Amino acid sequence: MSFLIDSSIMITSQILFFGFGWLFFMRQLFKDYEVRQYVVQVIFSVTFAFSCTMFELIIFEILGVLNSSSRYFHWKMNLCVILLILVFMVPFYIGYFIVSNIRLLHKQRLLFSCLLWLTFMYFFWKLGDPFPILSPKHGILSIEQLISRVGVIGVTLMALLSGFGAVNCPYTYLSYFLRNVTDTDIVALERRLLQTMDMIISKKKRMAMTRRTMFQKGEVHNKPSGFWGMIKSVTTSAPGSENLTLIQQEVDALEELSRQLFLETADLYATKERIEYSKTFKGKYFNFLGYFFSIYCVWKIFMATINIVFDRVGKTDPVTRGIEITVNYLGIQFDVKFWSQHISFILVGIIIVTSIRGLLITLTKFFYAISSSKSSNVIVLLLAQIMGMYFVSSVLLIRMSMPLEYRTIVTEVLGELQFNFYHRWFDVIFLVSALSSILFLYLAHKQAPEKHMAP
Amino acid sequence: MASLDRVKVLVLGDSGVGKSSLVHLLCQNQVLGNPSWTVGCSVDVRVHDYKEGTPEEKTYYIEFWDVGGSVGSASSVKSTRAVFYNSVNGIILVHDLTNKKSSQNLYRWSLEALNRDLVPTGVLVTNGDYDREQFADNQIPLLVIGTKLDQIHETKRHEVLTRTAFLAEDFNAEEINLDCTNPRYLAAGSSNAVKLSRFFDKVIEKRYFLRDGNQIPGFPDRKRFAGGTLKSLHYD
Repeated sequence: MSFLIDSSIMITSQILFFGFGWLFFMRQLFKDYEVRQYVVQVIFSVTFAFSCTMFELIIFEILGVLNSSSRYFHWKMNLCVILLILVFMVPFYIGYFIVSNIRLLHKQRLLFSCLLWLTFMYFFWKLGDPFPILSPKHGILSIEQLISRVGVIGVTLMALLSGFGAVNCPYTYLSYFLRNVTDTDIVALERRLLQTMDMIISKKKRMAMTRRTMFQKGEVHNKPSGFWGMIKSVTTSAPGSENLTLIQQEVDALEELSRQLFLETADLYATKERIEYSKTFKGKYFNFLGYFFSIYCVWKIFMATINIVFDRVGKTDPVTRGIEITVNYLGIQFDVKFWSQHISFILVGIIIVTSIRGLLITLTKFFYAISSSKSSNVIVLLLAQIMGMYFVSSVLLIRMSMPLEYRTIVTEVLGELQFNFYHRWFDVIFLVSALSSILFLYLAHKQAPEKHMAP
Repeated sequence: MASLDRVKVLVLGDSGVGKSSLVHLLCQNQVLGNPSWTVGCSVDVRVHDYKEGTPEEKTYYIEFWDVGGSVGSASSVKSTRAVFYNSVNGIILVHDLTNKKSSQNLYRWSLEALNRDLVPTGVLVTNGDYDREQFADNQIPLLVIGTKLDQIHETKRHEVLTRTAFLAEDFNAEEINLDCTNPRYLAAGSSNAVKLSRFFDKVIEKRYFLRDGNQIPGFPDRKRFAGGTLKSLHYD
């Protein structure tokens, strides 16, 4: 009986998460596009719903809500479904939509998408070989095999995003790094842009006039198309069309220049807006946060290095460690069991919420930057895949932040994975990502003032 | 050659509707083989005979300024784009017949371009809402073009065309629906070609001819003093 009640609670919450994912998709991601294939929206919302359910189960674990056996059952079921989606459904649909975009292969869509999926499975399987992720006790087709590989990919993603985010956050918040941009700079750059456009226009005018006189005289300008066209154009060409190709090359160079100038001008405008923002109250608050985050970032890099160099993986979680310190060193006595439960709930809750929110925001930004009307379906599915893998690996890693008594369920459900390996791998990739972000941002920062002071 | 008079026509619309293909078709009478992202603004030129076939025939250059981007871009990108909206003589609004959102976004596009021009003289609408009266008052000729007609199935065609007719009415503009990969839609003598020609003639008239048919005495493009910054001149 209690099992039924528990299941109905779980299902209700899953429906809620599904609805939230649906809304997010419609309002945020696909703001400017029309949803023509509802399959994509459904898949995205389903992935989101099941990922959030996993987090919900962790919270329930800590709070002791619901029956223990029904929790275990739902864990297993959830995990199976999510793996099914991440390894079978989403990659297959990604292949299907990629193939649909290519006109040639349109007729045999299903065949080619199956081929693509098989290629994906092959590489996915190969991924597990170089890593010591499993004890050799397990068979070929077990949940542990799949989870371990999904975990590797997800942890790599998490560490990359974490590393970049940890460095980028203070860089964006601190106003110390803002370049000084004045109105005259912007006006000068705009003037250059318009001059370039005018040069392009005058060349195009010549080309249009030449084409018109050629057309009136009966000559035809054939653009050298294809391999034979190019060979033919070497030996025979009308004088008018030779002229045209020369001017076209000049125009191409000028157009490239105009694109560069446009991007630089947009950059200057953005910097000017940030300077104005930093003078407001909110801006000053973020500036202060920036100092705080830069200290946090340095500390994290330091800890990652220590972990790798001294080959240690933390055995106790921050909550228990914190309680130990307060009880033993500061001598404050309080009900350990009660407080450890609540504090770990709050801590884990904060970690979960911030990682979900951070991921959704990052995904939205990526989506706006790279999608177009043709590729929007493929990109959304890729993002759903990344999101699913990210959340599964978060569950893996969050185990570390929980006190021992709550870790058992995660260990039980996920099987005998080498959890230590994942933490080490996270530290390594985090370090690599953070250091390369620092290098990258340093180079970008150095290069920019030189660019816009050039004559 | 370069001493012919010219007019400037903006080509606006969402990403991916086919502005670059359209401009290429209009200017070079050829289909664009490899469309790619437009960053910033790409320009092309068409030679047009004003009042063709009459004794007052005169040749003009029509510059098509194809501005890339989306309505929801960051305000820094919008400010950069605004530099292209100066001294515009005509606007072509392009939307994708298979994507309703691109048609709806045309209102925002036209406001973005027209507000730029209204700054010295008229009312500055700051909340970006669509206001029909603004279009009634508008002096700049508009043309609405719907692309990807070939991708609309026969059965849905009537419904789509009714919708676009309403859209064109809202803008007080003519409309043309075509497929940019097929030059036959703009073949000489077809009704689309006639509408296009009429639009270009209207643009040229507004720019160079006063209401009584006399030509406006030529003077260089007006300098704009918007907001205290000096906008640069066109070099002819």
